[in-house]
Amino acid sequence: MITVSNLSKYFILHNQNSAVIPVMDQANFSVSKGECVALVGQSGAGKSTLMRMIYGNYVAQSGDIWIGDTNVVGATARDIIDLRRKSLGYVSQFLRVVPRVPTRDVVAEPLLALGEEQAKARSNAEELLSLLNIPERLWDLSPTTFSGGEQQRVNIARGFVYDYPALLLDEPTASLDVKNRSIVLGLVERAKARGTAIIGIFHDEAARNQVCDRIIDVTQFTPKVA
Amino acid sequence: MSLQPLLDVRGITKMYGRRIGCADINFDLWPGEVMGIVGESGSGKSTLLNCLAGYVDVDDGQVFFDTRNEGMKDTLRMSEPERRMLSRTDWAFVHQHARDGLRMSVSAGGNVGERLMAVGARHYGNIRDEAIDWLERVEIHHSRIDDRPTAFSGGMQQRLQIARNLVTGPRLVFMDEPTGGLDVSVQARLLDLLRSLVREMGLSAIIVTHDLAVVRLLADRLMVMKDGYVVESGLTDQVLDDPQHSYTQLLVSSVLQV
Repeated sequence: MITVSNLSKYFILHNQNSAVIPVMDQANFSVSKGECVALVGQSGAGKSTLMRMIYGNYVAQSGDIWIGDTNVVGATARDIIDLRRKSLGYVSQFLRVVPRVPTRDVVAEPLLALGEEQAKARSNAEELLSLLNIPERLWDLSPTTFSGGEQQRVNIARGFVYDYPALLLDEPTASLDVKNRSIVLGLVERAKARGTAIIGIFHDEAARNQVCDRIIDVTQFTPKVA
Repeated sequence: MSLQPLLDVRGITKMYGRRIGCADINFDLWPGEVMGIVGESGSGKSTLLNCLAGYVDVDDGQVFFDTRNEGMKDTLRMSEPERRMLSRTDWAFVHQHARDGLRMSVSAGGNVGERLMAVGARHYGNIRDEAIDWLERVEIHHSRIDDRPTAFSGGMQQRLQIARNLVTGPRLVFMDEPTGGLDVSVQARLLDLLRSLVREMGLSAIIVTHDLAVVRLLADRLMVMKDGYVVESGLTDQVLDDPQHSYTQLLVSSVLQV
């Protein structure tokens, strides 16, 4: 489902003496349907950079990233928008939303964008919110005022409200208590069973061992400094 | 996905004497897409918007629009009545200053109803009902329908302008700093409103702003302008998070973090 080949990236900081910072060199791996792969490596090794490149958020200098039959490298903005809408979900660590929009609608949005009718999208959103223990009295409020753990669960609900064929998870259990953590891991397992290809960053080792089939150490893709 | 863009802009160039307004601008816009244009004051973003909307004569280039009856047609070379009809029906323009887009001496309901009448609505009761419906969609209480916009706050005027523009169900909206000069709390309401209107009505929009937070939340794609040229364009979050051009890097790194 996801195939990364010969992927390389560097940053050029034009306003800081045009410093060139190589961050990824010849990354190669693939993830099949129903498989969950963990990216590991110490801080700064390039885990998040790799995830962002796969999502089309960072530009790759060379190589290919195939998600289904779309190559993210060199794809038009329109192709990536379409890919994100239909095929590729991303649960980030940060919640970025239009202020004032109720939590229920924030979670329903991926379905609405696909043309799902409002009532159905909202009821699916509510189902996930209650599964993730977000109290019903908060559903009409904007998540911008929520606690860190609540915001993270809203993000997770958004990522799981639609069955994306491919899913990227950036520390989905980072600020959760034991109970919610196991609910999230249950969602990951259900997605795998449906055939979703998942790439995740899990600092929580027990969580990683529970849901991941394989680990990929990104240090092998870190450019060697001469 | 539709097979044809709604708007296809080719080689738009506008000179003010020997000074460049905007130069060789090319892009397309697809149905349901929101394009943001950012850049500092004087970068040519408002000039470009005015060229596209036909408010300013261009020196070179074409603006093809997917018209309902005749398909792709260069709007800069349409007859005047044809273009005027387009700007009353399928196009809308939201000005930075609401008073530029409103008739200040006409009631709120009249401002909304006027655009309906311009496309042939005649039944007073229907027009009034439609006006009330739109005032409520932009969160202006129906009891204010007979008030003039002069009695409204800046944020209300802006929402009234949006209602007036969208009542005829346009397919393309040009917006020049739609949230500029408004309180942040009012900005957020307006952003929410614009987002849901874009989704519910399948609108396409071109939004000029210097506010990067606004484009991040509103625009699918982004063009960065400097000295009349587009220096970088792409997916909004990609341009903001991994800018490639030195000017974009400067622009993004200059934003104060809240």
